[in-house]
Amino acid sequence: MTEGTPALRLSGIVKTFPGVRALDDVSFDVMPGEVHALLGENGAGKSTLMKVLAGIHQPNEGDIFIEEQKVVMRSPLDAKAKGVVLIHQELSLAEELSAAENIYLGELPTKSFGRVDWATLHEKSGAILERLKCSFGPRTIVGDLSIANMQMVEIARALTVDAKAVIFDEPTASLTDAEKVVLFDIIRDLKARGVGIVYISHRMDEIFTISDRISVLRDGSYRGTLMTAVTNEEEVTKLMIGRSLDLTRNVQPAEMGDVAIAVQGLSCGKMFQDISFEVRTGEVLGFYGLVGAGRTEIAETLFGLRTPSAGQILIDGEVVKINSPMDAIRMGISLVPESRKEQGLVLGMNCKDNMTLPQVGDLTAGPFVSDGAEIAIFDQYRDKLAIKTPGWREKVGNLSGGNQQKIVIGKWLSMRPRVLIVDEPTRGIDVGSKSEIHALIRDLAKQGYAVIVISSEMPEVLQVSDRIVAMFHGRLMRIFSSQEVTEDSLVQAISGLNTDRVA
Amino acid sequence: MATITRSTITNVLAKQGILIAFVLFIIGFGLANSRFLAVDNVLGVIRSSAILGVIALGVTFVVISGNLDLSVGSMMSFSTIVVLDLHDKLGPLMAIPAMFALTMCLGAFIGFLVGYLKLNSLIVTLGMLSAIHGLTLTWSGGKNMDIADKQGTWFGIFGRGDVLGIPVPILFFALLAIVLSILLARTPFGRKVYAVGGNGTAATFSGIPRARIVFLSYVISSFCVACAGLLQASRSLGSQNTVGQGLELEVLAAVILGGASLLGGAGTVFKTVIGVLILGFIQNGLLLVGLAFYVQYVVTWVIIILAVWLDIAAKRGRFLSPIA
Repeated sequence: MTEGTPALRLSGIVKTFPGVRALDDVSFDVMPGEVHALLGENGAGKSTLMKVLAGIHQPNEGDIFIEEQKVVMRSPLDAKAKGVVLIHQELSLAEELSAAENIYLGELPTKSFGRVDWATLHEKSGAILERLKCSFGPRTIVGDLSIANMQMVEIARALTVDAKAVIFDEPTASLTDAEKVVLFDIIRDLKARGVGIVYISHRMDEIFTISDRISVLRDGSYRGTLMTAVTNEEEVTKLMIGRSLDLTRNVQPAEMGDVAIAVQGLSCGKMFQDISFEVRTGEVLGFYGLVGAGRTEIAETLFGLRTPSAGQILIDGEVVKINSPMDAIRMGISLVPESRKEQGLVLGMNCKDNMTLPQVGDLTAGPFVSDGAEIAIFDQYRDKLAIKTPGWREKVGNLSGGNQQKIVIGKWLSMRPRVLIVDEPTRGIDVGSKSEIHALIRDLAKQGYAVIVISSEMPEVLQVSDRIVAMFHGRLMRIFSSQEVTEDSLVQAISGLNTDRVA
Repeated sequence: MATITRSTITNVLAKQGILIAFVLFIIGFGLANSRFLAVDNVLGVIRSSAILGVIALGVTFVVISGNLDLSVGSMMSFSTIVVLDLHDKLGPLMAIPAMFALTMCLGAFIGFLVGYLKLNSLIVTLGMLSAIHGLTLTWSGGKNMDIADKQGTWFGIFGRGDVLGIPVPILFFALLAIVLSILLARTPFGRKVYAVGGNGTAATFSGIPRARIVFLSYVISSFCVACAGLLQASRSLGSQNTVGQGLELEVLAAVILGGASLLGGAGTVFKTVIGVLILGFIQNGLLLVGLAFYVQYVVTWVIIILAVWLDIAAKRGRFLSPIA
């Protein structure tokens, strides 16, 4: 597979930004019909390399070859015309337009006087969607599609040209397990047609499922390439973070205290119905289910962002009404939300201001904010959570994903909550920070917090939880203890296959 | 070495670009015309910028919280007419608080619509621009408003008086700038204004009452408008119904020129003051150079666009960018 002419080859690429050497002499190639995975922690240079490949950035030094012909890619459209297509991590679709229009956006077929040739458009895009085994037609408005189907449209875009290389950037970030299977089929199909695939992901299991070779970047430079067939996770991880990683999965039984929060028959319209559970101090309760199963909505209800239509919430045995996040905070409930950038942080603000935001009204000397009190809190939690930042003045937007997440966690820990809800604690975070955050969650429970963890990643749920709630379509299917749970039974429960409800 | 120097320059430009432009501009005009930097000319410029400036201070809060206020010009006409009318009916001592109360009710109403009902601020304040104008005309019956006894009242001290040789409007502007600067930069409320404008969703998820913060920013804006109305009425002791017409765009220009982001979350009171002064000195400088006032409209606009573009270019680190 690694002999012959590479579909795409980079040689000695250097890319600098003011003050940063983002890529330092990186070489990389992908053969026709090969899946070449690109791995690295956040900030290792993956996105920059990908942007160079797709013509978004121009390298300062180094050459790019397509089928050994030296090329210069001036723009993404230019790159596409030359046969290199990037499928973005964040979808870049026009939601008001149809699937067909999105697929040919910027290159709509036209008739005389620049009129759109709808017949050809629908025919051609229909054929592509069919090839991808999509369940929707070319006329469907993209905004009405699920995230997974939107991703299909994004992939369909790549297929409008005779692509020589397709770059997937974290393609499974918002896909369910079933949708992943479909995506992998498509990748294998592309592979069979002799397309070179560059696959960027954080998820080790996926990379081992789909790739032929794995290349690793660290701190902007190339660290080596491994053959997937003869390597293992430890070897890759070691290359990636420069040290070996402890992959323990066993959870020690927690020392539990009293029930901190209990929920009885809680419903919220169509979002979720008749949910009952309790969390004790010192316990981690995991919530596992498919995207859209109602897990995030439960968290938002407990945090006062949604009003329940039925049922009650008890804190320390007393029924409470939580009408706003202010109420929730007062009652000692904190939420580390699902989307760090949209819900967790004000990216333009500095680290300290973000961390003290919920309590800034209390950190005062007279009518003024006390810098001293704020910095004391920031320093304390920076040390406690090992947050890597040049200082409290640094804009939070400049930190890596893992450190950003720690700022959000620090923000809530510094409020000394009783109940900490963490929604997707490690989404989009590199492997090194991931295990740190898992250890942190276990540690918080040990310190006597009642912790609720919502996750779409099974290893994560298994690794941190004392008990696991399986949800399906807004219903609580079953609560497993960590001793009895198996991967099979969990998958069955969240797919609605197991209807015996054991609460 | 070369890259370090370049990135340092870009950095300084990005942070202090407007201030540097301002200094260069002052030096340039100062060399071109010796009268430009004379004390009386400088005081004259600041004095005539004070009304615009006072309003811009309030609009800074609204803009940082992520909204717009296009109603301020029309609202200032309202304040001016109302305080002049009530001056003769209630006496100046009662007229001033009554006018402040009425103006701030308007601000509170806008704040309610934008903050609590979450209506688009552009639509709401554009509508209020016209609605308040109608209100003003209804109040005055369409006639100009004049104080009957212009010699016998102390009401003129705000617009016409001076303390130790410094005109009162300048002191007023300076004092308000200091107070509001402290409010924005040093208090929990100020921090929340930045958070709401920087990322409203994240602010909500941090337990910040977003609606209340937006509401209060409009109340502050209307308070500043009332101050401006007071200065205007006190200076002229009589007024047309359209005295504040068009001011909203000049105010917005000053705030943006100062570097506040129209998207919210960025800007400071100090920078707005700089923006106001730049605008004032540009117009004065062009006048001294001898350009007709209608040329000034165009030149002012060009300078604003230039300043904003340089600001954005410095932040991006390049002059033309295919992506924002």
